[in-house]
Amino acid sequence: MVARADFETSDGASGAEVRFTGRLTLARLGDLPARLDALGPIASLDLSAIERIDTVGAWIVTRTMRDHGAKVTGASADAERLLDALASDKSDYRVHRDRRSALNRMLEQVGTASMAVWHELLGMIGFLGAMIMALGTQLRARRRLRWHAIVTRFQTVGVDALPIIGLMTFLIGIVIAQQGAVQLRQFGLEVFTINLVGRASIRELGLLMTAIMVAGRSGSAFAAQIGTMKLTEEIDAMRTIGVSPMEAIVLPRVAAATILMPLLGFYASLCSIVGGGVFCWIGLDIPPLTYVQLLRDIIPMTDFWAMLIKAPVFGVLIGVTGCYEGMQVRQNAEEVGQRTTSAVVAAIFLVIVLDAFFAVFFSSIGWN
Amino acid sequence: MAGETEQQQVQAELAAADAVRPEQHEVAIRVRGLVNKFGDAVVHDGLDLDVRSGEILGVVGGSGTGKSVLMRSIIGLQIPDAGEIEVYGKSLDTIADEEESRDLRRRWGVMFQGGALFSTLSVAENIQVPLREYYPRLDQRLLDEIAAYKVAMVGLPPDAGPKYPAELSGGMVKRAGLARALALDPALLFLDEPTAGLDPIGAAKFDELIRELADTMGLTVFLITHDLDSLYATCDRVAVLAEKRVIAIGTIPELLATEHPWIQDYFNGPRGRAAASGNQTAKRP
Repeated sequence: MVARADFETSDGASGAEVRFTGRLTLARLGDLPARLDALGPIASLDLSAIERIDTVGAWIVTRTMRDHGAKVTGASADAERLLDALASDKSDYRVHRDRRSALNRMLEQVGTASMAVWHELLGMIGFLGAMIMALGTQLRARRRLRWHAIVTRFQTVGVDALPIIGLMTFLIGIVIAQQGAVQLRQFGLEVFTINLVGRASIRELGLLMTAIMVAGRSGSAFAAQIGTMKLTEEIDAMRTIGVSPMEAIVLPRVAAATILMPLLGFYASLCSIVGGGVFCWIGLDIPPLTYVQLLRDIIPMTDFWAMLIKAPVFGVLIGVTGCYEGMQVRQNAEEVGQRTTSAVVAAIFLVIVLDAFFAVFFSSIGWN
Repeated sequence: MAGETEQQQVQAELAAADAVRPEQHEVAIRVRGLVNKFGDAVVHDGLDLDVRSGEILGVVGGSGTGKSVLMRSIIGLQIPDAGEIEVYGKSLDTIADEEESRDLRRRWGVMFQGGALFSTLSVAENIQVPLREYYPRLDQRLLDEIAAYKVAMVGLPPDAGPKYPAELSGGMVKRAGLARALALDPALLFLDEPTAGLDPIGAAKFDELIRELADTMGLTVFLITHDLDSLYATCDRVAVLAEKRVIAIGTIPELLATEHPWIQDYFNGPRGRAAASGNQTAKRP
């Protein structure tokens, strides 16, 4: 017979008298707590017949003593020791955070989220300011920019990204040309596909796609690298040695992103145009030479300038967002993941918002 | 009828659990001829060790002598290249049955060096993880009460339960790790450098806590440490790891009587003497 925890009861004057048997341990507990609760008032607990007791068994006894004012008899020395250890009042030991009503929690979440967005915005502006100050100090002190660090980033941010950006925009060029041609054919104006591909690529799509790709590849990498450096206290070590993390970590990354965005954007626009050209040649029988000649007439220089003005701004934005989010890591590895995600999301969102502003602005100064 | 089959099932489970009875074994852990290699590096070569039931055994040795590897071998995290390891007469190697291995596993609690708390769970939830895993039928109220008294037992403050590991200090993380190791009321407790990284006062309090819990709960403790004060304050016996095996095991006076140069250096070096004298003055009335 296996000695599972059990009890026998007999009725006393002021309530049931409970006599435990078997092993009063976690492994043998079964439904004993529930059956014990189902009893009415309990006057005494007899431990003389138990084989073993552990802290869980002792806790059940202690709890019953407390709730029913029951007396304990027949406890062995071992049981006595355990009961003593658990005897002090545990009611102020909390296990859960305070619970609140659903409405309360929802309001709190909305409020917290709104404040978080606001603080994030302020923080990022502050970070941008601090970065510009750091650049100013560096230049005034006639310290040379860390070209080596910047050029190292060129490799990861720029050169390594060329194949994926090229392929992506090439395909997008084909898709735009193909979709445009289907619509324009209805009016017999297939040749205007070239206008569509050319202008959309140079002015908007090439750069926008590049920005999204750079935010996903490099903005996230900045955030994760810097976040990990924060966790391992590398950034703190740098500060104590007297190296400014702004100068050594942030500026080279932002500079690399800023310098590379126009180059990558231009490259992406070209790839997109090549993609459109391939479709025009195969699908619409427009020979490449004609395609290029027509492009020269169709695309105004202002489109090119618009792209070149937007590109460095996007670069700063992606670099600053990535570095800022990385610098916000305080506690644990999980936060690195969260911050990396929000670096990418915030960068892409801000790029698109800013792009809309630029579009309105360029139209109103007559760059159509 | 349904109730009856459930009854039978419970009985069967209990019978299986009964197969491992800590109190029936004089030797809690028996290691024979253990060999561990990492590539060409041999860490253990024919290591023998007995841990007696109810004792606190300190395991010491220089860096890289394989103290942690020994612990990992015993608890089955490291598969040895050769040798036998028995815990309460059962070997994890020869247990084919998943159920039986779970029964063995719940006889021990392990506290890792860095606490190894699950960072996405609060302290109370961390303590409840093993309870939920092995006893899914426990009701939430009892789970919460168990978590609360375990938090109290290891000397954490009352508000520590809902906190996340990142919000705790180093000493509190160690105590929370100990609380989780004790969640299932194990008979056997493995501690990997529990006082490393604590200040001397915190370390002394932790030693006291381990001694106290071991006495109250009748624990067998396998304690890896570098801390000489811990050895004097808590351990019944000490095993010395060197030359890829246990070169000596016994009480500290017994070890001091041996001639081995490493043991002499260890206990009679400046730190060893300081710990010894500190321990003697502490014990004098």
